[in-house]
Amino acid sequence: MMRRDFWYVAFAVAWRVLHNVFTTPALFLPGMIFPLFFFTAFAGGLSRVSSIPGFDFPNGYTAFQFVFVLLQSAAFGGVFTGFGIARDFEYGFARRLLLAAPRRSGLVAGYALAAAGRWAATATILTIVAFAVGMQVGGNGVNLIALYGLALIVNLAGTLWASGIAMRLRTVQAGPIMQLPVFLTLFFAPVYVPLALLNGWLHSVASVNPATPLLEAGRSLITGQTDHVSVAFPVAIGLAVGLSIWAWRGLRSAERAAL
Amino acid sequence: MTALAQVGYVARRSVLRTARQPANIIFPFVFPTALLAVTSAGLSPATKIPGFPSKSFLAFFLAFPFIQGALFATMNAGTDLARDIQSGFLNRLALTPLRGGALIVGQLGGIAVLAFVQNCYYLTVGLIAGVRLESGIVGGIVLIILATGVAIAFGALGAFFALRTGSGEAVQGLFPLLFVGLFLSSMNLPRNLIEQDWFRTVATFNPISYLIEGLRSLIITGWDGEALVLAFGVAAVLAAAAMILANWALRLRLTRT
Repeated sequence: MMRRDFWYVAFAVAWRVLHNVFTTPALFLPGMIFPLFFFTAFAGGLSRVSSIPGFDFPNGYTAFQFVFVLLQSAAFGGVFTGFGIARDFEYGFARRLLLAAPRRSGLVAGYALAAAGRWAATATILTIVAFAVGMQVGGNGVNLIALYGLALIVNLAGTLWASGIAMRLRTVQAGPIMQLPVFLTLFFAPVYVPLALLNGWLHSVASVNPATPLLEAGRSLITGQTDHVSVAFPVAIGLAVGLSIWAWRGLRSAERAAL
Repeated sequence: MTALAQVGYVARRSVLRTARQPANIIFPFVFPTALLAVTSAGLSPATKIPGFPSKSFLAFFLAFPFIQGALFATMNAGTDLARDIQSGFLNRLALTPLRGGALIVGQLGGIAVLAFVQNCYYLTVGLIAGVRLESGIVGGIVLIILATGVAIAFGALGAFFALRTGSGEAVQGLFPLLFVGLFLSSMNLPRNLIEQDWFRTVATFNPISYLIEGLRSLIITGWDGEALVLAFGVAAVLAAAAMILANWALRLRLTRT
């Protein structure tokens, strides 16, 4: 019975969020356009970077950047969903949800399902565009499933991070607090060149940045290798588990404030 | 009251209003410098590309925050003007002897002051990080003047959008468009080193490329007459066109009210 309540709440919230997002261009388009725009600017404008001595990525710069943009779109798909949660709290709708839901943890699960659905649409368009501009993929089906699975876990982690912020601060003005740490974590990783070619302070930061193994594993998978995969999945799952505690405590904070 | 005094009052109000909104101050200072740090460190191996014009990617990329800062100034000014329209303040101003031209020039004066402060900050950050201007101290002054001129040009564009639409959200919607324009320019690599033909063509037709290249020339080349003429020319044409459009939009709006 309790499990049924949980999923009932989760699917209802997910349906509402997805309906809102896909019927409101102002909500849907930024999440769709920005990854495409970054992909165009990086893969198109910086392809000469692949001719730097020591840059040995076999599938070309388009595939190299595709993995970064895919993971970035996944993380920001979660962050954009966090904006919606904050908006729900600011306008008082979330308070009514808290009162009506028989299992409140289903609310967070619903937002996470919605973020995954929203990101699935972005990832589909991004993949179509990448293949249309000639991206070369060396990996087989299993490698690609692993790549998209990794991105899905990143999406979940992004949603849990943003929902934890949204439920604690309960205002859309918290948007920069949701965005900036995610943005900086992603850009402190080897975005433009492999880790071995970075130097100075960025190499030191990227070496301990949890986003680095995710990015390296994703790039390895798209070439058909499995380097860094054994590190990336535990890191991603660990992030998701840690952030689920963060989100759950955020929910408790929202309950205390609202009820 | 003279037109100059009217301009002064509007400019003072514009500066004070921005200064009282911390978010409008913090983002133009923090965000461009954060992107400067991250991108210049991440792309520093690009200096090994044969034909790359500088040994320091930080020096090469230092022109970026000036343009991005100008975009922020534009958005702030445009949004403030739109708020004046939405709140009815412009209607009340229309009942005073304030001239339409003084309103726009005053608003742009406020942008110029803020842009000047921002530009001094970006240049100081660059110098502290180890960049040496190939054009010397005079080049630094010209750099600040050019970057402030660019901010005024973008500011006039923001004012036009604000007056035409009367909506702060519409002005904010202009930001992604200008940001896309910035990324589809020669911001990250010189145009002759951009490999993809279509991207190089877009960057060549993109006026923002010439603004960036003019600023960049003062940092990494020295005195490049062609780059400077093109940059000042693009900024002047953009500013003149946007001012004419903004004046026209103001006349329409005051007629309506």
